[in-house]
Amino acid sequence: MSILVFAEHDNSTLKAETLKTVAAAQAIGGDITLLVAGHDCQSVIDEASKVNGVSKVLAADNAVYAHQLAENVSLLVLELAGDYEHIIATALTTGKNFMPRVAALLDVTQISDIIAVESSDTFVRPIYAGNAIATVQSLDSKKVITVRATGFDAVATDGNAEIVTLDIATDASISAHVSDELTVSERPDLGAAGVVISGGRGMQNGDNFKLLEGIADKLGAAIGASRAAVDAGFVPNDMQVGQTGKIVAPDLYIAVGISGAIQHLAGMKDSKVIVAINKDPEAPIFQVADYGIVADLFDALPELESKL
Amino acid sequence: MKVLVPIKRVIDYNVKVRVKPDNSDVDLANVKMAINPFCEIAVEEAVRLKEAGTATEIIAVSIGNKSCQEQLRTALALGADRAIQIDTDENLDSLNIAKLLQKIVEEEQPQLVILGKQAIDSDNNQTGQMLAALTGMPQGTFASMVKVEGDKVNVTREVDDGLQTIALNLPAIVTTDLRLNEPRYASLPNIMKAKRKPLVVKPAADFGLDLAPRTKLVKVTPPATRQAGIVVETIEELVEKLKNEAKVIS
Repeated sequence: MSILVFAEHDNSTLKAETLKTVAAAQAIGGDITLLVAGHDCQSVIDEASKVNGVSKVLAADNAVYAHQLAENVSLLVLELAGDYEHIIATALTTGKNFMPRVAALLDVTQISDIIAVESSDTFVRPIYAGNAIATVQSLDSKKVITVRATGFDAVATDGNAEIVTLDIATDASISAHVSDELTVSERPDLGAAGVVISGGRGMQNGDNFKLLEGIADKLGAAIGASRAAVDAGFVPNDMQVGQTGKIVAPDLYIAVGISGAIQHLAGMKDSKVIVAINKDPEAPIFQVADYGIVADLFDALPELESKL
Repeated sequence: MKVLVPIKRVIDYNVKVRVKPDNSDVDLANVKMAINPFCEIAVEEAVRLKEAGTATEIIAVSIGNKSCQEQLRTALALGADRAIQIDTDENLDSLNIAKLLQKIVEEEQPQLVILGKQAIDSDNNQTGQMLAALTGMPQGTFASMVKVEGDKVNVTREVDDGLQTIALNLPAIVTTDLRLNEPRYASLPNIMKAKRKPLVVKPAADFGLDLAPRTKLVKVTPPATRQAGIVVETIEELVEKLKNEAKVIS
């Protein structure tokens, strides 16, 4: 069997989640090809060739893929699809965006957000915000799949795959990139961080998120947020952890002033160790926390920072 | 312009689901149902486009048995002009849903289709993208801002690293993110008025599509349960536990 894995990147670096998606492809079993579609992305192509378990890297470096518009990328994957039984991408915003389009063009459905592989056609995925786990068998000839990276361990990067340059430019010419407004941060990426500290409505305002920064610096942590904190405008939406935001599973997750709604738990309950700091002893977050402390976060956070 | 808004009837987002003892599926008997929150945002966006004079007619469509008429009436009460129920008892895969919606798009020729980015039950996040593929339209997924300008629509999207704005040729597909708007509540007079708005029922079988299942649900199990841990009294104790017991910090 042959498997095509779409590499997630920002035209300069390969995203860590791709290494976990390759692990999912290995669990399916077969010859793995990594597709890099982007523009001026030679550094990504080089990185991709070092990913373990990958036999070939297809490099589609062209201006039409610069922003990975779904309309253009889906046509590229469609062109390549004939050679592969499985087409896999990470369930990040790029993969979620174009992969169902690929599936529909191939007249197959998609299996979204898998967390485990049972066999080459049967996969495990959370439904109902992670409150149920479904085992789903695909009846389609081709399997189009997105992978929840937190379900798999990253493969190593000491491989040496062959690089094949694709001279192809699929331009649907029905959409165009206008602008980006990206959040710049020195901290580790939320999805890949070993430690995450998140604030919720209890933080009261955006300025108070500074209280998390000192702790994040000491722990090398990424900073996340609940939907309530994002909706209240405390922090940008790309910090949201939950059913509709990012899914994280760090070694340590510290929830500060977060009640623990179903939708938030969906994004973090697979963390190894969960700590809750909340002044409400009845908050649902304490039902999943390994260590909880009932305290006012404005007292607890400075003390925590000083004790680390 | 005409706007089509597909909506889904799902379990209310506050309900904690139970898995059936025989692991065949989740138990939806006697559970509170509602319009999917993302679909509600889609309806609101369409209504705002109409209030701004951009949209002229809003058509809500839902696929399911008679019970989803309740959610269609909700959409009508919120401001949709008319509704279509595609009647089926089957629990269809996303691709089949998209194929049925494609037929409605062919019939109605909307300039804009607004869907939720995902349903909170299946959590698939597929239908809008698939409909875009089948209709050949461009897609603006995970939208937090939608601006129609002439024959284009500018969509600001929530992506992993922040926001991205793209321009789509009309007709186009948009899927909504939570930040797009805050849906209004239906007023009692509007709920009464909605009862008189047209709602057409079309059997799914009449579209002549092959709607055979694409997936088989093998089993559904509850997630691994997390044991509640301990409550510590002081920050000092917390740090000590994290260092020496959990060993997650050094």
